[in-house]
Amino acid sequence: MLSLHKDSFYSLFKQHEFYLSLLIALLILGLSVATEDFMTLGNIFDMTVSSAILGIMACGLFVVLIAGGIDISFPAIAAIGQYLMATFVLANGGNFAIAFAIAALTGIALGMVNAVLVYKLKAPAIIITIAMLNVYFGLLIYFSNGEWLYGFPDWFMDGVEVLRFTASDGYDYGLNLPMMTLLAVIALTSILMNKTRIGRQIYAMGGNSDAASRIGINGFGLNLFVYGYMGAMAGIAAVVQTQITQSVAPNSLMGFELTVLAAVVLGGTSMSGGKGTLLGVILGVVLLAVLKNGLTLLGVPSYWHTVVTGLIILISISMTALNEKQQAKQVA
Amino acid sequence: MNTLKLPTDRNIRYLLMILAAIMALMAFSLGGTFFSLTNLQSMSSQLPLLGIFALAMAVCMLTGGINLSIIATTNACSLVMASIITLAPDSSLMLMAALAAGLVTAVIVGLANGFLIAYIGVSPILATLGMMTFINGLNVLVSGGSVISGFPDALLLLGNGDILGVPMPLIFFALFAIGLWVILEHTPLGRAIYLIGSNEKASRFSGINTQKSLVYVYIISSILCWLAAIIMMAKFNSAKAGYGESYLLVAILASVLGGINPDGGFGRIIGIFLALLVLQALESGLNLLGVSSYLTMALWGGILIVFIALQKYKS
Repeated sequence: MLSLHKDSFYSLFKQHEFYLSLLIALLILGLSVATEDFMTLGNIFDMTVSSAILGIMACGLFVVLIAGGIDISFPAIAAIGQYLMATFVLANGGNFAIAFAIAALTGIALGMVNAVLVYKLKAPAIIITIAMLNVYFGLLIYFSNGEWLYGFPDWFMDGVEVLRFTASDGYDYGLNLPMMTLLAVIALTSILMNKTRIGRQIYAMGGNSDAASRIGINGFGLNLFVYGYMGAMAGIAAVVQTQITQSVAPNSLMGFELTVLAAVVLGGTSMSGGKGTLLGVILGVVLLAVLKNGLTLLGVPSYWHTVVTGLIILISISMTALNEKQQAKQVA
Repeated sequence: MNTLKLPTDRNIRYLLMILAAIMALMAFSLGGTFFSLTNLQSMSSQLPLLGIFALAMAVCMLTGGINLSIIATTNACSLVMASIITLAPDSSLMLMAALAAGLVTAVIVGLANGFLIAYIGVSPILATLGMMTFINGLNVLVSGGSVISGFPDALLLLGNGDILGVPMPLIFFALFAIGLWVILEHTPLGRAIYLIGSNEKASRFSGINTQKSLVYVYIISSILCWLAAIIMMAKFNSAKAGYGESYLLVAILASVLGGINPDGGFGRIIGIFLALLVLQALESGLNLLGVSSYLTMALWGGILIVFIALQKYKS
């Protein structure tokens, strides 16, 4: 029974990612024909940088969702990490290693607070993290007075760039800070979820937490880990966002939680845990990024962007649900 | 049914205790100011809007679902109504047509949500998240992101008038809350809602048309949004995409504080009413004390956590 179940998951999710890739390929093909700018190096760079924060946070939320949890509070966690990091950098200088460390450690600490509450109170994670979103964000604005921070040192403003080269269009390109961070985070998450014991345990816990605890998996420890990981990702994304926008506004990430959730579930990650792949999540992020970029290049008014995004989400999740239903019928 | 209700009665005791503590604290620190007619009236004109959103959220949560599209739906209704009213602000016929069009909008959204959840099998959080994004987009598209204002007095009265000193929104809230209470506790649909929340499969096998019931639930939730839209239009004297977004998560918070189990099956209207009193008393009291509204926001979240902890350690 278990193996049958597992096989149907795999064929199903291969399907989901297959259709998602097909959709993205069609979009890219259409956009390359319809617009001159889409397939340029410059545009692809811009697209990657502007979706880096979404991608980094999506990696974190993916891990939490696989574990069978959910986190709504991460934009507030990111904002707190960002604020502490910026305050430190403005007062003492430093370098990117210190900046990332401060924001990520703040995120880990606050994420672990979530984990303790979710695990010990046995209440739905969505409720606990909505409550904590209010607590974190309310306290941040109260103590920071909602003040903006800017005027960072030069090393922060300039960022980091490696592998710089001049393309045929005459512009300089290279891997910049947002891109390198995004790639590093994806690599880290991929190794974590596919190659390590802890990753397997996260899948197991999300699939069936009772069975997981019976075979000796430490549920509390894993909870600390996944919410801490989400917090770390939130903190890392916060540093990247500060570097891109060159300023800190305490409320700039608010409301972002549902966008990230949309990207992750678009990629086929199940809300009930245990099912989903990182590849799917990346495809979900890519789909949203290509869609937004394509509509802009086509000169579609920005009013339409949300409508189209909403429609794509509705269609995609409906197809997944119908697929699952059929699969369930076949198994029965 | 009685066994179903038992666990929430303890919640109601806790809520009364928390409420009494807040009242005592406010009486001690603010004296008569807190219990003055002005403050009570301002409290009772602020409470209904959040209250209606909480009801719209709670009725879905009772089935084990959630409705993330309530604010988007409300804005859609108010934009539809506003654009019809402003065509001829003095015509009462146009006002009626507008209200009807708003109701139709709400029912369509409810049907769509219900269909996705009950018949396609999309999880409620995803279906309503997608719907929220889609409707938000339509709202901005249709209105061009601008404010629509200029409503007749008849409409403004619905949100700002009072009968014998009781604000109209409070009367609407009371009527709809009682209506919902009757549906939940005294009709077959209500019984179906609690049973679906407890165990959907068992309800289906016991002969309840769970799919149809779920569609009704999301339509009821949307109709409450329509009422919220009327009150919001009257209160702000305008309609705009993006109004009231901060209410979304607070509505979930108020429902859970009111003893609605987010996994479904448990919770009563009276609990939500008490939770609203707690949140509103805290907000008004702290506001009078000159405490930052953001600290109030943090306290709301904190109270919910404490409340959940209390439930956990008593059981």
